Amino acid sequence: MTVQLQTKNSIGTDSSIDERLHQAIASGKRPEPPNAFASTMAFASRALLRIKHVPEQMFDVTVFPIIFLLMFTYLFGGAIAGSTRDYLQFLLPGILVMTVAQITMYTGIDLNNDIRKGIFDRFRTLPIWLPSALIGALLVDVIRYSMASVIMILLGLMLGFRPEGGLMGVAFAIGLVLIFSFSLSWIWTTFGLIVRSEKSLMMISFLVLMPLTFVSNVFVEPETLPTWLQGFVNSNPISILATAVRGFMHGTGTWQQVAGVLVVSAIMTAIFAPLTMYLYRNKK
Amino acid sequence: MWEGENILQNNDLAIEAEGLVKVFGKERAVDGVDLAIQKGTVYGFLGPNGAGKTTTIRMLATLLPADAGKARIFGHDLVSDSAAIRRRISLTGQYASIDEDLTGVENLMLIARLMGYTRGQARSRAMELLEAFGLERAAKRQVKKYSGGMRRRIDIAASIVVTPDLLFLDEPTTGLDPRSRNQVWDIIRALVRAGTTVLLTTQYLEEADQLADRIGVIHNGKIIAEGTSNELKASVGRGTLNVQLVNAEDQWRAQAILEEKLDAAVHLGADSTSLTAQADDSARVAEALAEFAEQRIDVSDFSLGRPSLDEVFLTLTGKSADQQHASEEETL
Repeated sequence: MTVQLQTKNSIGTDSSIDERLHQAIASGKRPEPPNAFASTMAFASRALLRIKHVPEQMFDVTVFPIIFLLMFTYLFGGAIAGSTRDYLQFLLPGILVMTVAQITMYTGIDLNNDIRKGIFDRFRTLPIWLPSALIGALLVDVIRYSMASVIMILLGLMLGFRPEGGLMGVAFAIGLVLIFSFSLSWIWTTFGLIVRSEKSLMMISFLVLMPLTFVSNVFVEPETLPTWLQGFVNSNPISILATAVRGFMHGTGTWQQVAGVLVVSAIMTAIFAPLTMYLYRNKK
Repeated sequence: MWEGENILQNNDLAIEAEGLVKVFGKERAVDGVDLAIQKGTVYGFLGPNGAGKTTTIRMLATLLPADAGKARIFGHDLVSDSAAIRRRISLTGQYASIDEDLTGVENLMLIARLMGYTRGQARSRAMELLEAFGLERAAKRQVKKYSGGMRRRIDIAASIVVTPDLLFLDEPTTGLDPRSRNQVWDIIRALVRAGTTVLLTTQYLEEADQLADRIGVIHNGKIIAEGTSNELKASVGRGTLNVQLVNAEDQWRAQAILEEKLDAAVHLGADSTSLTAQADDSARVAEALAEFAEQRIDVSDFSLGRPSLDEVFLTLTGKSADQQHASEEETL
């Protein structure tokens, strides 16, 4: 057997390091595996550390909302509503929905990178409740969505946005956005496990979200559209969410609107969360 | 080698596998692999890229379902008892399986917490490992700024946050400089001394020779030879004569002499001053060398020895490991 330790080529120059190596190996006792909450929190802290080390990724949640809000308010305000101030009342809830929906693919992209880099294999051989790897990351995404929402509302207030629903209405509306976005993320984690590269994933999310966000009631009242298009716009999940968010920000929200958002969210989660986990466990 | 069902009851085995098969499309990546690996030993899978080494390891590490065959890890069935297996194994993949955006200490703490350590325990365990692996000064640096050797070490450290009973190492030293390679070898030896069973894959004959108690030569998804390094060398049988000439222009004459005196095929080295031939009989070798002196062929060096693993590989597959590698890269 060739298990004798060779000291001449060992790490470092002092021989005490061999001792440390043996000590470190000998003291690697196995604790009880973590419960689902502990492993979810560990993965959430990983996602937070990634934000700390790669702060550029926060551009999307800080700069995008500002650009989108300014651009669409002043571009369409005069043409659609006659004044930018009036249009902002209508537009801000919708553009908030659009902006947050467009940053839901983060965890899907990170997952796709993890698979290509091999860390995915390590996680899969750990004695943990596997969904915690994704739920932890998605919880941190909720922080991103909240940041984007708060930035957009603060800017809106400066530009003259006056939510009649008050602080409670706005907070409730943001809550709906967070639930919807968390559920939507599972679609991108599913695709993140299927497609080869993050570029393909971004293309797919663009192809899905672009028509969904534009052909909705985010920018215009559906009544101004041809009848055949109204049907699509009114059943579009983005419209359902935008209607509810607009309702609660302006104090006219109904429980039917809340139920609509919750049903759409539940359907997305019920289909795509199990699909993601199936693919995660059985990825080749 | 495999001797039927009764061996499944053997408590001394870390890995037992029978007829493992994995098919990708039309290609049989792993084509009927049998294994019986003793606890506490190092087993080396030796073979070129694409031979099926990684696929076999991924199946044994519960990452990839086998299309046929069965296996047990420490007596646990690979399919029905994968959770129990995951509590005893660890895997270091071919590519660094760590988060390159995080620092060394953050990576190890993440794994430690996922193993069940509290935050405080995780930190002290991470620091202990970083010191033992000579990485304490790089603890707060992002892993993407590490050198190749450091990256390998942090990767292995992540695999032994909890010392596994069985460690899979997929090409642990590919692309490393000799110093880093020796450091990785030391870590592997220390793990084995502590009782861990190691299954490693390598393209390097020297690595298998240095580390592995037993070696399985894998080629086109099949284990074509298995045994200790000495057994494999002995299986090729005969010894080998290596001759180094002073003048390249003597090569053809030297070849003719060796062919005549040794009655064996002579391989010419690429540098046109070296020759290799199978040699059974030292008396005939002496005759050949005497003939060289007679004909004024100057020899700078010669050796007569048992075959190297490289020659074993050549004999078994008809190609050297390097040629195999090169021809596969051409087809890519």
